[in-house]
This record gives sequence, C-alpha cells and structure tokens, in this order.
Amino acid sequence: MVGAVNINSVTKKFAADDGSEITALNGIDLKVRAGEFISLIGPSGCGKSTLLRLIAGLSKPTEGTLFIDESEIKGTSYERGLVFQNAMLFPWLNIYDNIAFGLKARKVYRSSKDRVKSFISMVSLDGFEKSFPHQLSGGMIQRAGLARVLINDPKVLLLDEPLGALDAFTRMNLQDELIRIWKKEKMTMILVTHDVDEAVYLSDRIVVMTPRPAKIEKIIDVNLSYPRARSGSEFLYLRTQILKILNYAGKTEEPGYYI
Amino acid sequence: MEKLRPWLPLFSILLASFLDIWLPDSSLHTPTKAKYFLWFNIILGIFFTAGAIRTIFWRNKGKNFITQAPFYAAVIFLLNIFNLVSKKYALLPVIFFPSLDRVFSVIVEDSFFLASCLASSAQLLFAGFAIGAAAGILTGIAVGFNKVLSYWINPLIRAIGPMPPTAWIPIVLVVFPTTFSGSVFLIALSVWFPTTIMTAGGIQNIPNVYFEVASTLGAGKYYQILKVGIPAAMPQMFLGIFNGAGISFVTLMTAELLGVKNGIGWYINWQKDMMAYANVYAGLIIIAVSFYLLVMLLFKVRDRVLVWQKGVIKW
Ligand SMILES: Nc1ncnc2c1ncn2[C@@H]1O[C@H](COP(=O)(O)OP(=O)(O)OP(=O)(O)O)[C@@H](O)[C@H]1O
Ligand SMILES: [Mg+2]
Repeated sequence: MVGAVNINSVTKKFAADDGSEITALNGIDLKVRAGEFISLIGPSGCGKSTLLRLIAGLSKPTEGTLFIDESEIKGTSYERGLVFQNAMLFPWLNIYDNIAFGLKARKVYRSSKDRVKSFISMVSLDGFEKSFPHQLSGGMIQRAGLARVLINDPKVLLLDEPLGALDAFTRMNLQDELIRIWKKEKMTMILVTHDVDEAVYLSDRIVVMTPRPAKIEKIIDVNLSYPRARSGSEFLYLRTQILKILNYAGKTEEPGYYI
Repeated sequence: MEKLRPWLPLFSILLASFLDIWLPDSSLHTPTKAKYFLWFNIILGIFFTAGAIRTIFWRNKGKNFITQAPFYAAVIFLLNIFNLVSKKYALLPVIFFPSLDRVFSVIVEDSFFLASCLASSAQLLFAGFAIGAAAGILTGIAVGFNKVLSYWINPLIRAIGPMPPTAWIPIVLVVFPTTFSGSVFLIALSVWFPTTIMTAGGIQNIPNVYFEVASTLGAGKYYQILKVGIPAAMPQMFLGIFNGAGISFVTLMTAELLGVKNGIGWYINWQKDMMAYANVYAGLIIIAVSFYLLVMLLFKVRDRVLVWQKGVIKW
C-alpha cells in the first residue's frame, strides 16, 4: 500500500498585515496510514485548510517536515489530489474538459481517453459533458470536482469541506459515493469537515483539533464496519463524545448557567 | 393593431415614395440622373414586404422583425422628412445639405472609387489592428505573469499608453520610411495599449486558487499560463481589444491625412475641401456601415470564444 502521510512537528506561521505573526499550526505530529480514511475536525480558523495545503504542497511549513511514503513533500503533485471547498471547476471549460484537465496537463490524455468517459459515468454526469459549470447544480459541480481529481488516480485524496455547501440529501448521497470510491480505489483519504456526523460516518479515525494555534486535541478511532448506520447506538455515542471534546476545546470558560 | 405592426416599415416606405413622386422638387437642388431615393425605397420595400409576409407564415422566425418593425419605420420616416426638408423645399443650405438623391448618386456612380478607398483603409486598419492586438496580448501576458518584466515594462506602458496615438505623428513622419508603415504603426499603437493593460490586469486578477487547482492536478508552469491564465483573462482581453478598436477607427481617420492620398477618411476630407458635401455624406455612410459591420464581427468572435460566459455575465 502506498500513500502514507507523515507529519513531523509541523508549525506554520503567517505574517499578518500589521507585521505580527499568526501561528496557524503549532507542532502537529500525525501519521496517516496508507489507505486510511481520516477526518480533521475543529473550530473554524484553527488551521485545517492550512494543514491540507501543506500536504498538497501548495505551501511550505515554517518548521517541521512532511513525508509521503518515504519522500519529503516539496511542491505539488497529481498524486496528492486536492478537492477544494467549492470544487473550483474552471468556468471556461465544459464538464468534459474540466474532468480531462489533469490527463491533458500530464500529457497522458491521448492514451487514456476512455478514462474520461468512465469517470464521468462514475459520478453520474453522463449527458452533461458539454455543459459549463454555471449550468450545473451544486451537487453536480461537487461531483465533477471529485471526478476531476480522481481521474489522476491520486495516492492521497485531500478533501477540504467538499460537501459543505450542499443540502442534507445530496450530502448523504455523496458521502456514500465517497465510501464507494474509497473502497474501490483504495487511496488514503484526508477529509476536513465541520460536520461531526459526516466524520463518524466516513472515517477510520477522527482527528479533533484545538482552536488556533492548532494542536491535535484527540484522535478517535471509529471501529465500525461499513456501511454504517447513521443512528446506531455506537454511532451516536461517538458523535456525542466528539461534540463534548469540541465543546470543551472551543470554550475558554464554563457558562455561568445551565438550562 | 398588433396585426399591423410588421407592416409599419412598408407603410412608412409607401408614404415616403408617394411624397417623393407627388411633390415637385425644389429648383435649388441639382437634379440627379436617377431618382435614387425612390429606388432605395423600392428595394427596401421589397425586403420589408418579404419580412412582413414571413411573420405570417413562420411566427417564431419573424419575432425579431416584429420587435424591430416600428424602429425601421421611424428611420424611414426620418429620411422622408429629410427628403422633404432638402430636396422638396430646400429649407436648409443647399451646399451643406444636399438631397438624398445626390448622396445616393455618389454611392452608386462613384462606387468603384469609393470601393478602392475602402479597400485601402481596410488594408491599413487590418494590418495595424492585427499587429497591435497580437503585440498587446503578448506584452499583456508577459507583464501579467512575469514580475521582473512587469517591473521594467509597466512604467513604460503607463507613460506611453495614455498618449493619444496621433500625438506621435511628427515623430512617425520622420522615423518611418513610408507613410503606409507609419500609419500602420499608429493604428497598432492605438490597439496595443488598451489590449496590453486589460490583458495584464485580467491575468493579475485571476483568483490564485485556479492556478493552485491546476498545479495540484499536475499542470506545469507553461500549461498553467496557456490553459488557465489566458482563458481566464480572455474576457478582459476582449474588453481591451474593443477599446482598441474604437481608438483605432479614430486613428485611422487621422492617419490617412498623413499623405497616403487614399482611403475613406482621406476621401471625406478631400471632398470637404472641394465643398462636395454629397460625397462627404456618402463617405460617412460608408464608414458608418463598415465600422458597424466590423464591430458586429468582433462581437460574433467574442460570443464564439466566450460561450462559457453566457449566463454568467449579461451582455
Ligand atoms: N495566506 C494566509 N495569510 C495569513 N494568514 C493566513 C493565511 N492562510 C491562513 N491564515 C490564517 O491561519 C488560520 C487558519 O486558517 P485555515 O484556513 O487553515 O483555517 P480552517 O481551520 O481551515 O478554518 P475553516 O474551518 O473556517 O475553513 C486563520 O486564522 C487564518 O487567518
Ligand atoms: Mg478551511
């Protein structure tokens, strides 16, 4: 199995406009096993996206190192695919060309044209090849965004709140889709989400982060087999536990009253 | 009333023709070989009759015609009024306001010479436009993507750009071997500046996330420039080219006075000096029609290239 991600004491600081420093990540240590589905959950602004961008190679850590399998991460690679929050399809390309973009950029399009068709079918967008992104619904856009990254056959799939903007039903459908794809392609999945249910429903492990500067608060193992029941007792137990941790992590003082 | 709408242009034409035939001409106007305004009305009348009949049989296809019908009718009505004011009653100074018959007679009888003028103008315009647009897109891309080039070239663009191209005439006359090449340079300059500025600005304003997406999908630097930078900046590029086209029309008219002794702008000026105002109007009409066609052509090209923008942006 390939696609293990090793994060060694990674710190990321940003220069703020007034010249001061913002510490987004503070000494993060995390070993993601190859083929694992891991979720990052934590308060807004804690540095989850920052961590994903480091793994993707879009920015460099201030301190520490990141490894994919045995090699240090330096710059981007199609083997670490990143699905952005609003999918960020190229508005000037139709769905077919958006999905084929990676193959064309890597000059392997000619030899693998059939792949495009099969990935379009995989995310059920047959018949929408010629449509432009603005003609599609939010869920369809998100699916196209997924297919565009998956077509590169990445070892690691990084997902930054990919389902955040969708309604509950589309969301649940796409969650099942993600599981199906993951079981089939067997890549490592690192998912950032705000949705505790989603994290419990999808992941092998859940990493709960503290507010900025982010550290890892707790790592929770989800030992449930797939497909999971969204309202099973263990499911609900885990969900409550994470909410408790988040509550604790997100609050600086106890409220003065109880309902 | 709605039933009559498609026929309005025809009514307007019948009225104009009737008045043109029925009322005597003023003796102040030099008569022409043929009654050109009447012929003009007859030809238009055939078109408009066909258009109106079409709306009866193919309601959908004729929609556009029905919407435009009152406008066409009004335009013909205005021409009709002008015909009365000039040819019939000579209410305006005859030298400066010749009859429509005279204006049309120039277009018809002088058509070979006018066509050669037009061809010569088109040559200047297309050469200058092509060079200017290509150079503008290239410098725009270079400045938009390359920080070093931007540092060194941008001040130059900012200094040279806003100068009206025609201000260069004294230098152009000295530097360029022929007036043709000089004129091409001036026209190219007028297209170059807005195209450069808009292209560079368009590229610099592309959300960085698109480049990040491309790079995580495996696109190298040049592929990103070619397949992300350029298409994303295309709408701005077109705005620049449109602006440039407008300025280049002005420059063309001035450039033809440099001594090319040909071209439609030169023709107008020459006829004005000879007090041949019918010819001036004929030239103006030809310019209006050709520039209108050119602008329509540009729009068509843009609609082709920027289909993906339809529905995103209203135009
Ligand atoms: N390029 C940048 N320059 C300066 N500060 C930045 C930059 N990127 C992120 N930050 C800061 O780092 C912190 C973490 O940002 P990040 O986007 O990683 O948060 P997040 O956990 O993804 O939040 P959310 O859940 O709301 O998306 C924020 O305080 C943000 O202001
Ligand atoms: Mg984020």
